[in-house]
Amino acid sequence: MAITAPRQRVDRLGLLLTAAGAAALIGLPFVVFKSNRIVPGEPRALHEVLPLWAALGFQAVLLGDAAVALGVADGRRRLAAALAGIVVLALAVAAAANGLTPPGNKVVRIAPGGASWVLLVSLGLMATDAITRLRPGPLARVLLLALTLVIAGAALAIGTFDNLSVMREYAVNAGRFRAELLRHLWLAGGSLIAALIVGLPLGILCHRVPRLRPPLLGTLNVVQTIPAIALFGILMAPLGALAARVPAAAALGIRGIGAAPAVVALFLYSLLPIVADTVVGLRRVSHEAVEAALGMGMTDNQVLSRIELPLALPVILTGIRVVLVQNIGMVTIAALIGGGGLGTFVFQGIGQNAIDLVLLGAIPIVVLAFSASVLLDALIEALDRTTSVSAGARA
Amino acid sequence: MVDDVSFDVERNSITVIVGTSGSGKSTLLRMINRLVEPTSGRVLLDGADTRSEPAHLLRRRIGYAIQGNGLFPHRTVAENVATVPRLLGWPEERIRARVTELLEIFQLDPALYASALPHQLSGGQQQRVGVARALAAEPAVLLMDEPFGALDPIIRDKAQEDLLDIQRRFGTTVVFVTHDMDEAFRLGHRIAVMSQGRLLQYDRPATLLTHPADAFVARMTGLSDRALKLLALTTAGEAALPGSSDGPRVASSASLREVLSELLWRRADSALVSGEDGAPCGRLTVAAILARAHP
Repeated sequence: MAITAPRQRVDRLGLLLTAAGAAALIGLPFVVFKSNRIVPGEPRALHEVLPLWAALGFQAVLLGDAAVALGVADGRRRLAAALAGIVVLALAVAAAANGLTPPGNKVVRIAPGGASWVLLVSLGLMATDAITRLRPGPLARVLLLALTLVIAGAALAIGTFDNLSVMREYAVNAGRFRAELLRHLWLAGGSLIAALIVGLPLGILCHRVPRLRPPLLGTLNVVQTIPAIALFGILMAPLGALAARVPAAAALGIRGIGAAPAVVALFLYSLLPIVADTVVGLRRVSHEAVEAALGMGMTDNQVLSRIELPLALPVILTGIRVVLVQNIGMVTIAALIGGGGLGTFVFQGIGQNAIDLVLLGAIPIVVLAFSASVLLDALIEALDRTTSVSAGARA
Repeated sequence: MVDDVSFDVERNSITVIVGTSGSGKSTLLRMINRLVEPTSGRVLLDGADTRSEPAHLLRRRIGYAIQGNGLFPHRTVAENVATVPRLLGWPEERIRARVTELLEIFQLDPALYASALPHQLSGGQQQRVGVARALAAEPAVLLMDEPFGALDPIIRDKAQEDLLDIQRRFGTTVVFVTHDMDEAFRLGHRIAVMSQGRLLQYDRPATLLTHPADAFVARMTGLSDRALKLLALTTAGEAALPGSSDGPRVASSASLREVLSELLWRRADSALVSGEDGAPCGRLTVAAILARAHP
């Protein structure tokens, strides 16, 4: 006879998320309606924008999610409920936008309201919490990310959200969006690659010649403390002078403003994590393994390439992850000095008081940074599993 | 620190360098494969100066096993063992055959362990892989720096036995560093006692006991049980007298120390020594054994 004690305790996170979602749905607008891009928005509640059956159905799904969030411990069911909630929320917002837009009208702007955002954040937290509970392996996490991106991409491609204000801004700026997105990636990735080309050898040098470590890491630390805007300013003068004196530099596109100071600044910021993590990674390599490798007749370069770097790789990748996520975010500011990138939309939007334009820049930046982080985390874990250096090698 | 040390290592034997920590024993060993370069003097291998070729090429001809085994944690057991053959550019087929052969010699089933990672093995198994790896390219000389230092007593005992077997089987010249005098006596055909960078005495184990060069060597070898240590260095087969006995049977490979213990335990005066085939080959008496327990 088995005595089963049903889990009666109310989930605390679930309680918080449910409370937040319910309060938002009651107190905040579901969508915001603007008859054109400039005028202030008018709030619209859920029952005003959806047919009764749809509004009730949506609320039923949210109630179901709340029940799961409060009372179900199983990670799979929590994840499924959260994802279903997000999909239904997205569809409801899209349906509201479609319903509020008069046929053929390209001037009205319908944006998600406070309630939609709070619900999205609550359901998103519920989903990430569920994923944390499930502890999926690296491959599963990457697949989950890919699936999410594919579904979101497909929905965007078939025009599900075309009547939302952000997509209206996109429609106006489609050509520029693609160019700025590529430029954003190029600025973030290019400065990372430059930092790797310089930082890895510097890290190896620091490891081989310990005397160099304090001054070099100290200098890079100081660079790290300079605010980005200040660093752009500091770089303007020398790069401008360089362009003026050396025609070849100017021909390469090096100028006091634009991409050059942005890439140089990001490169400088990237050096510290790369160099520091290379040093830490190499120091972590077991002294015995290096000693044995030398004793068996490997040359210094063979020890480095076959033993030290492979064993340091997970730590070095941690540095690369930090740099990539940091760069994707920081490239945004490059737009201020004419460097381009998605930040262009953000600052234009701020200038025009057009929040939708800001979102057109900000949302892809968040998605890029998040995806980069998930991908590199998965890669690091996959590598670390097979090397698991640690004390396991002791008798 | 090693100061003015000169000694010859006998081919096809085990030479143990023993000393307290900081005595320079490891440094001396590492001078042989040039992990440490002597400031003056020479190291000759088969009559040739070890500096006559690049250090990494020299090291590929010399096996090297160290404490904590130094296995590469990101490489499988087979890849670890194949390290030096790969560096030497052996054909893949020969490498695979050699790895399989070595794993079998060291009682590690290739089907189970070849593709395992070091951290999946027990301490004793890791240590065996470390020695197998050092022997992979059939080196004429094997250097071992406290290879069994991290093992618990039972596994260490087995490892020592294995090393003796392997050395007999392949005739490898072994130079073995330890701080443990018991280990030195068990393994060494010749023992070099070092202290503060100097070589105090280099002799056969029995000579160290019977004629220690100075008080330090005597203290290192142990004064309290030196008679028993001396008995442990001779086998029953070597000491057997002609004749027969109705006492307990002992194997000719047993040490006199073991035979004496057996006789005391059984309150017997004499033992019958039998050879490896089990046939009697002589006798030993307590008196005969005791006669060998002093210089």
